[in-house]
This record gives sequence, C-alpha cells and structure tokens, in this order.
Amino acid sequence: MLSAQSLTCIRGDRLLFRDVSFTLEAGGVLYVLGENGSGKSSLLRILCGLMTPETGTISWSGEQVKSNTEGYRSKLLYVGHLNGLKDDLTAAENLQTSARLSSYKSDAENVSVALGAIGIGRCANLPVRVLSQGQKRRVALARLWLTESPLWILDEPFAALDSASIGVLQGRINQHVAKGGMAIITTHQDVAINAQSTQHLRLDA
Amino acid sequence: MIPWFAWMAAVFAMIGLYVGFAIAPTDFQQGEAYRIIFVHVPAAWMSMIIYIVMAAWAALGLVLNARLSAMMAQALAPTGAIFTLLALVTGSFWGKPMWGTWWVWDARLTSELILLFLYLGFIALQSSIDDPRKADRAGALLALVGAVNVPIIYFSVKWWNTLHQGSTISMGAAPKMVTTMLIGMLLMALAFWMYTIAVALMRVRCIMLERERSSAWVKELSGVAS
Amino acid sequence: MKDAWVTVLKRDLLLALRRRSDVATTLFFFLIVSSLFPLGIGPEPAVLSSIAPGVLWVAALLAGMLSLSRLFAADFADGSLEQMLLAPQPLVLLVAAKVLAHWIVCGLPVVVLAPIIGLQYALPNDALLALVEALLLGTPALSLIGAIGAALTLGVRGSGLLTALLVLPLYIPVLIFGAGAVAAVQHGMSAQAHLSLLAAFSLLSLVLAPLATAAALRISVD
Repeated sequence: MLSAQSLTCIRGDRLLFRDVSFTLEAGGVLYVLGENGSGKSSLLRILCGLMTPETGTISWSGEQVKSNTEGYRSKLLYVGHLNGLKDDLTAAENLQTSARLSSYKSDAENVSVALGAIGIGRCANLPVRVLSQGQKRRVALARLWLTESPLWILDEPFAALDSASIGVLQGRINQHVAKGGMAIITTHQDVAINAQSTQHLRLDA
Repeated sequence: MIPWFAWMAAVFAMIGLYVGFAIAPTDFQQGEAYRIIFVHVPAAWMSMIIYIVMAAWAALGLVLNARLSAMMAQALAPTGAIFTLLALVTGSFWGKPMWGTWWVWDARLTSELILLFLYLGFIALQSSIDDPRKADRAGALLALVGAVNVPIIYFSVKWWNTLHQGSTISMGAAPKMVTTMLIGMLLMALAFWMYTIAVALMRVRCIMLERERSSAWVKELSGVAS
Repeated sequence: MKDAWVTVLKRDLLLALRRRSDVATTLFFFLIVSSLFPLGIGPEPAVLSSIAPGVLWVAALLAGMLSLSRLFAADFADGSLEQMLLAPQPLVLLVAAKVLAHWIVCGLPVVVLAPIIGLQYALPNDALLALVEALLLGTPALSLIGAIGAALTLGVRGSGLLTALLVLPLYIPVLIFGAGAVAAVQHGMSAQAHLSLLAAFSLLSLVLAPLATAAALRISVD
C-alpha cells in the first residue's frame, strides 16, 4: 500500500503543485492528469525517489520510504520519458542488464519471451540504435513482462505506440492489477484498464 | 546589524593599520617592506578560516536540508576568494624586495593558490547550475570534498617544496614576532573578520531577495501591487 | 548484490569494446601532449629527462580528465543512469563498478603506453619502472576522484571545462607523489616513500570517493 502526504514540488522558481496526498491500495490504478507542464512527471519522479519534494512524505506499507529506500526500490518499477536503453547494446542485452540489476529473471529464454510478448521478438539481436522510436519504447516496456515488482510507475507509457501495442500493454497492466499489483500512470489517451479501484488525480496550478 | 559590523570593520582596520605601520618596530632584517605582513598574514588566515566556515555551513545545509545555511555558504565564497587573492598579491609584493622575483613557489603561497582554485571551482559550479536548490547541494558536496582534501594537498605541497629546494625560500621566514607586531596582525584579522561578516550578511540578503522574488513578502517590500 | 556489480562492469566494458574510438582518442591525446613538449622545449636528452616525470604525469592527468565525460554523461542522457539509481542495489557498489571499468578502459592503456613515451624522453630503465609503478598506483585515484567531478557537473553547460576546474586541484597530490617517485629514482634515491603515499591516497579515494560520487549523482539527477 502506497501513501503520499502533502507533497509539494518547486522546480527552479515555479511552484508546480502543493499538498498532494493520496493512498493507493493493492489492485488499484491511479491516473495522474493535468496540462502539460503541470508537474505530472515531477510527481512520478518524486514517488520513485529520484526527486526530493519540498515538503511531504511517502510511505510504503506504513513505513516511511526515507528510512528504507533500498527496500522500497525493490518494490517499484519506473518507466519514464527516457527509455533507459544503451544504443550500442542489442534489445536482448539491454533487457538482460536491466533485469539483472533489479534481480528479476534474466535468462535468455525469459528475455526473448518478454520481447515476443510486446511484438518485437525479431528485434532481439539488433542494436537499439537501429530501431524506430516505437520499437525502442517497446524494448523499454518489455521489462513489464519480466518484473516481479508490485508498484508500477509509468510516465506516458502509451505514447509512441501503435494501436496493437497499446492493446497488448493494456492487457499486461490489467493482468498485473488483477493479481494485486498497483499502477500509477500518466497518459493523454483514453485507456481501458479494469482495476479494483481507479482514482484520478488532477494536478492544476 | 550590518552597519554595526561595517563600522567595527572600519575601526579595527584603522587601528590595525596604525599599529602595523606606525608603532611596530622596524624589522632588523627585512626593513620597512615587511610591514605588508600585516595584510598578508591576516588575509591568509581569513582565506583558510572562511573556507572552513563555508564548508561547515554547506555541510549543515546538506544534512539538515536547510536553505539558509546553504545561502550563507554561497555568500561567503566570493569573500573567501578575495582574501585568498589578497594574500597572494601581498605575498608577491613581499617577495619582490626580498627575493627579487614576483612569485615564489614556496609551500604556503602555492597552497594559497590551490585554495584559490578550490574557491573558484565552488563559485563556478554554483553559478552554472540553474536550479538554486540543486546548485546549493552540488556546491555543498564540492566544498566538503575540498575540505577533506585541503590537509592532503597542503601536506603534499610541503613535501614537494622540501624535496625540491631545501633552501630558505620561504615566506615562513617571518621576522621575529615582537608583541606589537602580533597585536597589529590580530587587529587586522579582526577587521577582516568584521568586514567578512558585514559583506556576507549583505550578500545573503541579496541572495534571499533573488530567490524569494516571487513570494508575497518580497513583492510587498518592493511596492509592487499584488 | 555481487551479480549487479559484475553486470555493470561487464556492461561498461562491452560498451567500450563496441565504441573503440573513445578509448583510442584518450590514448592519442596522451601521445600528442607528450610529443608537444619536446617540440616546445628542445630535444636535448638531459633537459628532456629532467622534465619527463612532470610532463608525463601532467599528460596522464589531462588525458584522464578528458575521458571523464564518458563516465556518466551518456547514461544520464539516455536514462540508464536513473534506472541505476532506482535499482535495489547500493549505489556505491554500482558506482565503483563503473569507475573500475573506466580505469580499465582509460587508465590502464596510459600505464602501458607510458614507458614507451618515457623512452622518447631518454629515461633510464629504473626510472621507467618507477613510472609504471607510480602510474599503476596513481591512475585509480584519478578515475575515482574524477568521478566525483563528472557526477557533479552532469547536465551542466560547459561541463568539460568545469569538471577540469573542479578536479585538477584535487589531482595535485597524485601529481606530486607520482612525479616525485620517478624523479627520486632519477636522482639515485628510492621511490618507496612516494609510492607508499600514492598507494595510501588511492586507497583513501577508493573508500571515500564512491560515496561522494553516489551522493553527487543523486543530486544531479534530482
């Protein structure tokens, strides 16, 4: 269970949002909405621990995240705007490296299954440099098929995807949430995810 | 408070300079030229003390996530750099009549030069990062790393100096300390200290105004209609 | 945990292997800078061999510094750095792995090339040996301390020069002890003291620098 209290974010001179609070239970999805520049990505980065909020705290299962950051990090998976892929490694190598860093299953077979699931199995041994934007995004998202983390924080995961892939990703998130996982998503698109509880958080200046 | 410190600085400076230039006896070996020591040595002391104070404020800011401490560190840096430069220039002026050259690579002067680089690095890093909070924290880390390294650097420079010269080229060959000289130097040090506090407080005020410029109390001060 | 460390090390080495030009440029820079001095000063062996320790060490410092930009900048730009920060591993360990990879790719080649350049400077064999030993002990410290500078200047305008300004003063002890080791042997004395100090400094950097670098990375990614 994730709970955020009174998060305030100031970037440079601008106050992006103030006193944002919410609770997310197992099986729940939280949509973060707002205009461009309203701080959605910043909120997600604060929830990951990449950014420090001006005020406020985050707790996981009742325990403050600050006192056990490594434990919290093992429970979360973040896909941000940047893909986190090395251009000179192949798709499979990239996936394997990130899986090993997070201690997920990382053997070759699971990796190729994951890449196949999101529709880029044949790109497995191509260097990421030669892939299209959409394909790169899909390599970055392939981690969702390998991970065991309960909390997914996804920043515009559907952008740059074709409709088939959007469907596949939706399906995967549905699966995750049905098994008791949680997801926090920002998106501009209409997506159909069936969750036990759905919340909408609007960030407006 | 600031004017009080500024006046104290002026008073101490006048007394210190008077003692230094009029009362203290002419040195046996170095003649009148040695009097520049009254500026050089206190300036060197200040440059080192300010670095330590700056690093301490920075550490406090980092650990307690306190904005004021970080701003104090930022305010102190230019003054510290100025004193370092002053120490170097006066050291150079002292050296010229003594050794005939404008620069001598002795351990103390060389360490002061490196200290200047550390100050400049701190100032450069802070000014090149746009976000003030990030600039504070990055600068604080740099100041701490520098503080840890300063003893090591000083030790290695002393080592280097003894290895290569073994001769008596050293600013440390100061004239024997007559009490009046010591008093003179201490007075100047106090003067510099007051100056530092005055200037740092002024600068912190500017920094605070700049950072909080969008908040209500600043707008009120400047008379902008809200 | 050990698995993650090895993963990062192998990944960085693999990346360097696939982009060999990066490695080569560092080496060529070292070569070019060391060749400039005789051109500027004159070819007499006696003069060259007296300036050799200082010149070779400064060239090694500068080459090391130039290569720092490849330590974190690429990972920062493509997002893999933030993924590393999010991994459930101690960041200090991952940083140490990256610095080790950097040293193998940029520091070790300098150690290997240096004696050859030392011959150009008319250094006798025992001085050459001292040079290799000193570089072997000192270049890790250069990578470790340089990493702090590289981490602090991520994403900052003009970061190359800024990193140089921040890191060069911290390199000075390595320069003094390293060049001193070679000079000592040239004057018929033992380099033992210098080498021990170099080793001590490198060890101290090994313990402290990754901590500072990890902290700097968190600040820069914020």
